[in-house]
Amino acid sequence: MGLRKVAVVGAGMTQFVRRAQETPKELAFKATRAALDSCELSIQDIDAICLGTAPDTFDGIHMNGEYLSDGVGALGKPYIRSYVGGGTGVFVPIQGWYHVASGLFDLVLVVAEEKMSSYYPHPQGAFLTIFDHTTERPLKPNLLWIFALEMNRYMATYGISKEDIAQVSVLHKRNAADHPAALLGDKKITVQDVLNSEVLAWPVQRLDVSPVSDGAVAIVLAAEHVARRITDKPIWIEGVGWSLDTAYWTNRDLAYPRYVEVAAKMAYEMAGIKEPRKEIHIAEPYDPFDYKALHHLEGLQLADRGKAIELYLNGSAKRDGNLPICPSGGLLGVGNPIAAAGLMKIAELFWQLRGEADGRQIPGSPQKGIAQAWGDLMQVGTVVIMGK
Amino acid sequence: MNAKNRYYPINSLPESAFQDGSILFSFDTFNTRYAWDCGVAIGEYLAGLREGKIIGSTCPKCHRTMVPPRLFCEWCYQPVHHFLPLLDTGTILTFSLCYVSWDVQRITEPEIPAVIAIDGASKNHGILHKIGEIEPEKVHIGMRVRALWKAPEDRTGDITDILYFKPE
Ligand SMILES: [Zn+2]
Repeated sequence: MGLRKVAVVGAGMTQFVRRAQETPKELAFKATRAALDSCELSIQDIDAICLGTAPDTFDGIHMNGEYLSDGVGALGKPYIRSYVGGGTGVFVPIQGWYHVASGLFDLVLVVAEEKMSSYYPHPQGAFLTIFDHTTERPLKPNLLWIFALEMNRYMATYGISKEDIAQVSVLHKRNAADHPAALLGDKKITVQDVLNSEVLAWPVQRLDVSPVSDGAVAIVLAAEHVARRITDKPIWIEGVGWSLDTAYWTNRDLAYPRYVEVAAKMAYEMAGIKEPRKEIHIAEPYDPFDYKALHHLEGLQLADRGKAIELYLNGSAKRDGNLPICPSGGLLGVGNPIAAAGLMKIAELFWQLRGEADGRQIPGSPQKGIAQAWGDLMQVGTVVIMGK
Repeated sequence: MNAKNRYYPINSLPESAFQDGSILFSFDTFNTRYAWDCGVAIGEYLAGLREGKIIGSTCPKCHRTMVPPRLFCEWCYQPVHHFLPLLDTGTILTFSLCYVSWDVQRITEPEIPAVIAIDGASKNHGILHKIGEIEPEKVHIGMRVRALWKAPEDRTGDITDILYFKPE
């Protein structure tokens, strides 16, 4: 295809918290600085910058990408902000990837920042405008409806129980207890805790949902010849894919994320992966809700339809299992500052594949990992495959 | 690799900081107003609702009947001109019992949003609406429902001209 090889050579992140005192610019600065320090680069070394952050509504700042630009070191550099809703955190490294793969730039900084807490007192209101203004908004919907409707359809189509789905939340929140930046890590959480938590929009309960959070993550991408000068452990971006389903969401098959399938197949083909279930050693599917991790694992072709839960029930999903899932702790445990949450998954694959994930490290030298995010009007799939 | 630079601590604020004045903050609200054109296809839909009908549109190429109606088929990318009334009955594809209002207030009697496949539209082509006149625990996927309309003189050409769907 005439594309250059692209490596991740550095990564850094802030803690994820419910409410940060730091402004969005300050959060973005801290994550960016941490990523540059991790590979001993300075901002002068960087050729271009890609930023991901959510709709301007969260911050109440029109042209939020421009507002953030100083915090991510964009002064005087080619700079672009992308936003594909919740899918942003895995889309912005794809954007960074084509900046480098195309030959246009050698070193690109990729930053994702989200401060949800400014929308007061709760950011849910910021999401109301995703519903159609004429055919849906007069019904006074809230964001939980759409997830509850999808979760119920998924459970009913395949006959999956709430008890089983709660295993996802339990594993991810337990995993997050080992993540130094996590908001909701909990080693002792049980299925019963999830089932006893407040019912928000049945079948969705409080502990089925990831927490509203503030935070930022940054990574550094390098062309092959530069990457090898910076580190002896580059982690390659081997495949990328993204795809959109229809915005007429009530006409879709809510039990299966076809948009993830299309994105995953694009990424597998690019990475030369024919048998994902054998060749992928770590999966970081997008998990803003516990059932979504299952939905997405099926879209990623890592489980048959309706069967992803078996990976949790038979132990495969654990860090020492056959296919560790969300060893980071995921959005359910580390937190869900929208765009930053997806890039956290990319950073996790980077650290895991380098053997630098500390207490979260997967045993046995994993070779390839996949990260995925989902968003827009519940319709976009974004996928990145990384390898040693 | 300098491991200590990977995770950067930040200052986590408790909600009480906004009440007790221990931090400085500024507060603002926006008053944004819009007048949205409903467009050609949704214009047909709303005019139908005012007449007590649910209007769909049919693609000349793949022949599927869509609801809400549109002026194009996004599957075939063809123009669509054929609008037709569907039935006001359907089947619950999925539902929720929601205990949280649109502004995150807790409510005791759950709202019951649902995606309802409309009779006369293609398979699994549903619309978002609410279910009423039923005990919440009796609602189930696959249940047959019928629209409950406002009185003709009260209809304005709005999705709320249907109050809710109730068991058939
Ligand atoms: Zn068509």
